[in-house]
Parts: sequence; structure tokens; C-alpha cells
Amino acid sequence: MTRTLITGAQNTWCPGCGNFAIQHTLKNLLSDREREGKSLDDVVLVSGIGCHAKIADYLNINSFYSLHGRAIPVATGIKLANPALTVICCVGDGDAYAEGLDHLIFAAKRNIDITVIVHNNRVYGLTTGQYTPTSPMGFKGRSTPAGTAEYPLNPVELMLASGAGFIARGYTRKMEMLKGLIRAGIAHKGFAFIDVLQICASFFPATDYYDSHVYELPSTGSEDFDSACPLAREWDYNSDARIALGTFFTRVSPTFDERMIPVPIGKEERERAIRELLDARM
Amino acid sequence: MNEVSVLIGGKAGDGINSAGAMVAQLLNHLGYRIYLYFDYPSLIRGGHNFAIIRGLERDVGTCRNHVDFVLALNEETIERHKEKYMQKTVIISNRDLVKNGSYGIPVKSILAEEKAPAIMGNSALIGGFARVAGIEWVVVDAVFRRHIPKDVDLNLAVAKKAFDLFDPVHPIKKTETLPLSLVSGNEAIGLGLIRGGLNAYVSYPMTPSSGILHFLAEQKERFGITVVHPENEIAVILMALGFTYAGKKSAIGTSGGGFCLMTEGLSLAGMAEIPVVLVVSQRTGPSTGLPTYTGQSDLQFVLHAGQGEFPRMIVAPGDAQEALCWSEIAMNLAWNCQCPAFILADKTLSEGTYSLDPVTVRNISGAGPLLWDGKTPYRRYENTASGLSPMAFPGAKDAVVKVNSYMHDEAGITAEDAEISNQMTKKRLKKWETLIEVMQGYNVVIQSGIPDASTALLCWGSVKGVCEEAAAELGIRVIRPIVLAPFPVEQIKKALMGVKRLIAVEENLTAQLAALAERHGIITHEKILRYDGRPFTVEDLVFRIKEAGIE
Repeated sequence: MTRTLITGAQNTWCPGCGNFAIQHTLKNLLSDREREGKSLDDVVLVSGIGCHAKIADYLNINSFYSLHGRAIPVATGIKLANPALTVICCVGDGDAYAEGLDHLIFAAKRNIDITVIVHNNRVYGLTTGQYTPTSPMGFKGRSTPAGTAEYPLNPVELMLASGAGFIARGYTRKMEMLKGLIRAGIAHKGFAFIDVLQICASFFPATDYYDSHVYELPSTGSEDFDSACPLAREWDYNSDARIALGTFFTRVSPTFDERMIPVPIGKEERERAIRELLDARM
Repeated sequence: MNEVSVLIGGKAGDGINSAGAMVAQLLNHLGYRIYLYFDYPSLIRGGHNFAIIRGLERDVGTCRNHVDFVLALNEETIERHKEKYMQKTVIISNRDLVKNGSYGIPVKSILAEEKAPAIMGNSALIGGFARVAGIEWVVVDAVFRRHIPKDVDLNLAVAKKAFDLFDPVHPIKKTETLPLSLVSGNEAIGLGLIRGGLNAYVSYPMTPSSGILHFLAEQKERFGITVVHPENEIAVILMALGFTYAGKKSAIGTSGGGFCLMTEGLSLAGMAEIPVVLVVSQRTGPSTGLPTYTGQSDLQFVLHAGQGEFPRMIVAPGDAQEALCWSEIAMNLAWNCQCPAFILADKTLSEGTYSLDPVTVRNISGAGPLLWDGKTPYRRYENTASGLSPMAFPGAKDAVVKVNSYMHDEAGITAEDAEISNQMTKKRLKKWETLIEVMQGYNVVIQSGIPDASTALLCWGSVKGVCEEAAAELGIRVIRPIVLAPFPVEQIKKALMGVKRLIAVEENLTAQLAALAERHGIITHEKILRYDGRPFTVEDLVFRIKEAGIE
């Protein structure tokens, strides 16, 4: 039985919001998965808080609508608890790059087998227009009316430095490509990071800029760290440069969940172990 | 009644804790019940460490001011603890480092004769102690063989050399009782969680809770559990909630400062109705405070932590036996009532070593959590009479399991509608009543001391031991709630029958339990408080109770 993939929840994203494209892409991937005979019961979506996170209400799959910045540790716990689950994290740029940056870095460092999709609109939408860690220098937001006095961080470069094994950048107006990137991220055994450029229709409508600057990377992603570095630095989320879309880097290595998996033991055996331990303390 | 106290002191890094554990085992094998208090500053090397091992013919959980034996590994030990000496106190010391100990042992030359490494020096002290305390060699031999993991023969040879130097001075009477298991409060908490079905323990190191992390990490294969030490306490609580959401029983451990970082996650557990056990082991606050010293100043914090209103359970065990039993109950009830459950401990309990009778470790039976039957379409927050909604976990066939930190409807989808908010808030509060009802099945208020005495002490947690001893000495009553939330007001009132004078005894500045009791109409007449990070001693408390006045 195929399930209805969209819930009855009323959609409250602004018209033209980039989130629609990400939701549509995920929905298509979920349908494909069902068509391939794989169950959707094993898929879990974890979101943070922000406009992006409403996707947890809209997609009719298992979901954990977490706290601002705190989707990734929840996803890590879920994957460790049941490695058979496919765990997808939808997070925002304020969410994952500000409030929860520590969790993002550690998830990459650990190589936990989850897929993190950053809905990167480079502005806080839900709190009505403040700068985020990827807003350009001088961005005039409601908390920085005279313009920000700090440079953005480059999440692609950061993820390279943190040990992520799958690093990609997508764009919501290149949906076929985005679908391919997310599919590859989910298929990647290990931590997968996809920074998705999306416009915020209300507070950062950068469509024209992105459309004129993006280009697609040729291959499926280099396994060469040294060649990935300059590629990651080509656009620093601030200066005027070409914006590469595609996979910057892939490397498969043992995952945290594989290394951490316990060998479960029965209740009686546990009782015996407790007795033995208490006896040894006599 | 026979009793004995032994102090062992030296520099940090001298192995005082493990030497103390050996002395504790010697007394254990003479049939005494044990309490070991370990005192150390927050540093790795240098500084003064000491342990006091107290053996009693009945259950014990506290120290007295005076000691019968001193094992001095350095001169400082002799000087620092002078106020603890009595006329008959025997000092066994390392003669190479201590000038004026009465029973000096030439540790260096013994080690040289036996070609033993410096690390075995403490075995010489223990051997010498055993002899002056009149402990038979066969007991020393048996205890060493059971509790020294390697090179036991060489350790025994070193101990025997020192043993043979002396004659018995103050023989400790051997009793007929069999030895029990010696475990720390932290280990007892870990074992209780395991018995409660723990699958995952998540913790960031913080004294005095770290012992649980170390113990469970070391034993994880033995118990088939996952132990994770994440990047910070925020990740700790969120990861634990992830484990539970996916159907695994999780617990976290921390102290006050770490718990500060978890309050947002705690509130999420309340809103999303995700069971989790939180071990909060208190130390002296505020802020970094005295990291390695005790306190009971986080009750009101734990009671109120987290934004919004949601049910929670708080248990405060008084010793290792209760820690084991109530950690299991906390795990069961967290799941049965789908709410966070706290184990509120402190340094005295966590890092103290107690006698625990394995025979009393029995299975606590009871209903398991409410699970989805798979027959009706799944709604995580289905509104029921008890407020409890059946649980299902991702992977279950055709169940879409949606949990949510926002106000949500029965399906778990965000809802800001006033009527739904009203209903769902009431649903969560119904679980308070369910929890109160479930608690009726447990003996949550312990009454000890003299049952009909008209003066009673009101206390909680690790001051159990000292309150019970002081009360026995003075002929008064002790009333001690083990469960602090939901507050067992009826049971306390029942225990208070005939009490005319109620004295709060707490290791904090503001008498936090007394304040909680007062909110429920229970008035304390006096408050005996200590807040220097050191636990009350028996003499200490007896003096202050007399000062406060007995009816």
C-alpha cells in the first residue's frame, strides 16, 4: 500500500519559499523508495526549529520535531539506537551553523550515518529577518540595521575540516540535481552533509544572484581531500565568485554506529552478570 | 556495639582510594558493615587525599569525628587530622616519610628486600595495620587474593614483612556476620539502571557523577549496553531522547552545572512525553563551586527546571541499597508514566562505598509501559483517560510516529489552536495524577529511629546515615521521603503523627526540603544546615540537635 506522503497540516511557508523545493524533492525520493519496494516505516525525519522545520509536520513519515539547533544529537541517538533506520536531518542555517554548530562538527567527526540537509537561506525567516552565520558581511537585518560587522563562515570548508565523508551543495532551483545529491547522501554509508542554497522570499530573495553564479561540478565527487579544499574555497559565501553545485568530497570510512553497536544480552544473563559483579565485591 | 574507624591519608596520586578499599574489605571480612568516605581536592597530583573507613555491626552511612587507626602515607596526614585523634588512636606510618608515627614501617627497605615496585608500598601499610588491629593473617591473605588483580603473591610478601614487625595493639573484634558486597553509590545507581532495562547511558564527565559513566563504560559488554560520551551536556540529553524515541531505554548522568545545560532538553522530554532517567549528583554550588565536595542545594532547581509545566518524578536514595532499588524503579516509572524521572544523589552517596546485601536485590515486578497494539491507526498523543498514549517506535509497521516540541495535536502535528492546546495540556497534567496513583504502591516515606518519639528529623538523601545514627543516640524519630516529586504529602503527614517538634536536617543554605514541605502545609520548627561541602558527622549532628532542642 502506498501511503499519502503529505499530511493534512496546513502549509504556512511563504509563496516562492525554497522550502517547497526541498519538500518536493524529499517526497519524490520517498515515493521512489516505496516503488523500489523499501518500506517508509524505517525512515525518520528529524528537524530543528525554524521555517525549514515545518517539513516535519508536512511529510507523513516518522518525525522528531526537535529544538532549535538540536536536530543532530537527536538523530545521532536514533541511529545509534536502531542502525536499521534511515535518518534524515533537516536543519536550518541559523539552526545548524549557529545554535547547534558543535553538534554538526561532532556528527561529521564521528561519521555517524545520518544525512544532514541544511536549508540554507542565509537569514532567520521565522524570527523575521536577522543575519545568520552565512549572511554576507554588511547584511542589514533587524538585529544589524547598519549591516553586520562579521564575515560569514564557509560551511563546506568547515565540513571538510571536520572530517565529513560526503560533502555537497545543492540549489533549490536545480531540483533534479538536488534530488540526485540527497539520494547520494542517503546512500552514502556515513555522515552526509548537503548545504542547500534556497532563497527566502520575504527576507533574502537572492534568486537572480544565484541563477547567474551557479555552475555544476563535473563528476560525482572527488576522494581527494587536497583537491576538494580549493573547490570549497572558491566561493566563501561572501565575495563575488562562481558558486559550485554538486559533490565536493566523498570518502567512505567505518561509521560511528557500526563501531558503537552493542551485543545485546538477555534479561537472565544480565541478572547473572549483576550477581557476578556483586560477588566479586565481597 | 563494636565499631571501628580507620583514616588513611596521603598525597593525591598515592592510591588512597584503592588502599582505603582494601582496608574496607578487611573490615568487611571481619563481618562489619562498611561506609567509606573519600575526601579529595579537585586536582590530579599533590594536595591531600584521605579516606575514612567506618565499620559497624549494623548498617552505616556516615563517619564519626574520631578514628581508631590512622594509616599515614605522609607527614601531612599526621598534622592535618590531629583533631580526630583519641588517646587510643594508633598511627601506622611510612617511616621513610613520617617522623613521629607510633608504628613506623620501613617501606623502602621492605620493597627493596622483596624487589617490589614502589606501587606496592601501600600493601606494607595495610599489612602493618592488620597486625596492630589484630586481624589474622589468614583474613589478610584471603582479602588480598580476592581483591588484588595482579602480582598478589608479591603484594602479600610485602604485607607480611610489615605484618611481622608488630604485635596486636587494639584488636578489632571479629563478628559472626558474613561479608557483603562493597559498592559505591554510583555503581549502585548504574546497577539499578541496568536492572531497569537500560540500553543506553549518555553522559559528559562531571564530578561526582562521572563514576557512573566510568563504571558503565567499563562494564558495557557485560551488560550489552551502549555508552556514549558526547560533545556536551546539551547533546547528552538530546541524544538520550533520540534513543528513547527509537525504543531504547536511556539515562543520563551529570551534576548541577551540566544539568543547567540540559534544562531545555528536559522541557522537550516533558512536552514530547519522552521517558528518560536523569541522574543529578549534587556537589557544592553555585557555579563550579567545590567540585569534589558534597551538597544538597539542587532540589529546588531539579524540581522546577525547564520552561512550562509537565510531570516529573524525583527520587533521592539515601544509600547504595536504596540507590540500586530506586534507580530500577525510576526507570520503570519513567516509561510507565512517559515522563522524565530524576535520581537526585550527591557526592556523599555517589562516591561513598557502602555494604550492599546481594540477597535483597530482588526483581521489582510491575506492569510494563503502555505499547501500541497495531490495531488502530497510530497517533502518538492519543488522548486517553490516564493521559498516557500507547507508545510505538519508528520501524513499527504502518505507524507514523511523530513527536514534537511544539504544542501538537494527537497525531503529533504542530497545533496552535486554543482548544487543542487546552486539551493536550490537560492530557499531560493527567499524567501527574497517574504518577501520584502509581506511587501509592511504593513505600516512599521511610520512618526510622524511635517510632513514638515526639521529636523528629525531616531529611532526604545521603544524610540518611547520619540522621539515623544521631536519632538512635538521642531517642528521636527520622522521617525521610525517598520520593520528592510527586511530593508524598499524605504519607509524610501519616509519618508525622505524634510529632510535636520537627527539625529539618539538610546540607544546604536554605532548607530546600523544608521549604517544599511548608508549601504542602508541613511546618518545621528548627533547621540544622551545613553548607561547607563536608557531610555532617554523628557528633556534629547530635550536638546541633541538642542545641536545637528535643521535645
